Amino acid sequence: MISRLSLENLAVRRGGRLLFEGLNLTLDSGQAAALTGRNGAGKTSLLRTIAGLVQTEAGTVGFGGLDPTEARARGLHLVGHLDGLKPARTAREELTFWSAWTGGSPESTQTAIKTLELSTLLDLEVRRLSAGQRRRLALARLIAAPRPLWLLDEPLSPLDAGWRERFGQIMAGHLAGGGLIVAAVHDPLPVPAKALEIGA
Amino acid sequence: MSRAGALLSREVALAWGKGGGPLVSLGFYAGTATLLPLATGPEPARLAAIATGMAWVALALAALLSLERLFERDYEDGALDLIVLSPLPLEIVCALKCLGQWIATGAPLALAAPVAAIALGARPELAPLIFACALVGGLAFAFTGGIGAALSLGARRGGLLTAVIVLPLFVPPVIFGGAALDAFGNGLPWHAGLALLCAYAAAAVALGPLAMAAACRNALS
Repeated sequence: MISRLSLENLAVRRGGRLLFEGLNLTLDSGQAAALTGRNGAGKTSLLRTIAGLVQTEAGTVGFGGLDPTEARARGLHLVGHLDGLKPARTAREELTFWSAWTGGSPESTQTAIKTLELSTLLDLEVRRLSAGQRRRLALARLIAAPRPLWLLDEPLSPLDAGWRERFGQIMAGHLAGGGLIVAAVHDPLPVPAKALEIGA
Repeated sequence: MSRAGALLSREVALAWGKGGGPLVSLGFYAGTATLLPLATGPEPARLAAIATGMAWVALALAALLSLERLFERDYEDGALDLIVLSPLPLEIVCALKCLGQWIATGAPLALAAPVAAIALGARPELAPLIFACALVGGLAFAFTGGIGAALSLGARRGGLLTAVIVLPLFVPPVIFGGAALDAFGNGLPWHAGLALLCAYAAAAVALGPLAMAAACRNALS
């Protein structure tokens, strides 16, 4: 499984515009990186590049010698602004599907429901959830199917103060278990993290 | 539950329950099949001659309806990003999406096709062949339609673009199915038409997912 993420001399171009170039980052098991930068600097594009959804202009994304396709298919979670949740389906239907899709077990799904306190929300349609509840449902995927690398795009923004703290503990637990986190943030991450400013 | 099973049941549930589903397709089908004889005139002899053809064309049009949301929905809300990040190849994902589409709308339409044709004046003994053609044709419509739906990802008015891309791909199955029904109705050998329809459907099932997966990757990158 992924125990190292290395970005070497990475450049990404979107819509004809060079977002960043010469970007380097090495993360080992148990480490986190906080991506900062102004709006439009390319934080989301960098996360999508690591996930293999965006082509690189130059440079490489390495997963410690693993086959990149295989590492991405089984080893990473991406939680972004677009959460992939269907408004007309219930929270339970969505969580069950995504857990099965990302390789989770019924037991780990139960753990996710407990950790993110979703049990009272499960029978509601996703459209009835508040922004923060909806984000908690999206974040539940991280726990429902354990995967080492978490790519998080402003994971804290819709959460209230209490849940920010709780999610900080969840991230700390993931890092303590040997996981890796790359998070795009505007506020400081609640866990120790390497800082990486994009488009500086 | 296996990944493929989970995806297929999700696709069927989405196509069936959320956003119209088979009832809308069936309603559109009934509407089109009713509209055609109003334009051609009500004489039973004339209607009977073209009943199967009309039922068949109306079926192709009804199959277009639900295509727009096949990939667009998952593309807009980010689900396609997450679906791609899986050990299951994107080609299989696309095939499962089309299969779900066929189960949720193609199969109900195939059940309605003989009813519509007979209501328009076709002879009842044609019903089994119409059902078979509609079932196999529906598979071809779903898998060629998926190509159009994937190619128009991210375009404004994607639904319209899908229809323009897909209608030419619907020409061969419409010809083959129409030929088989016509031949059967006139007591001529009809197996060739059905065999060609099956061959086209098989080719669509085999090759369509490759094109859809390429189009999805292109839209995401």
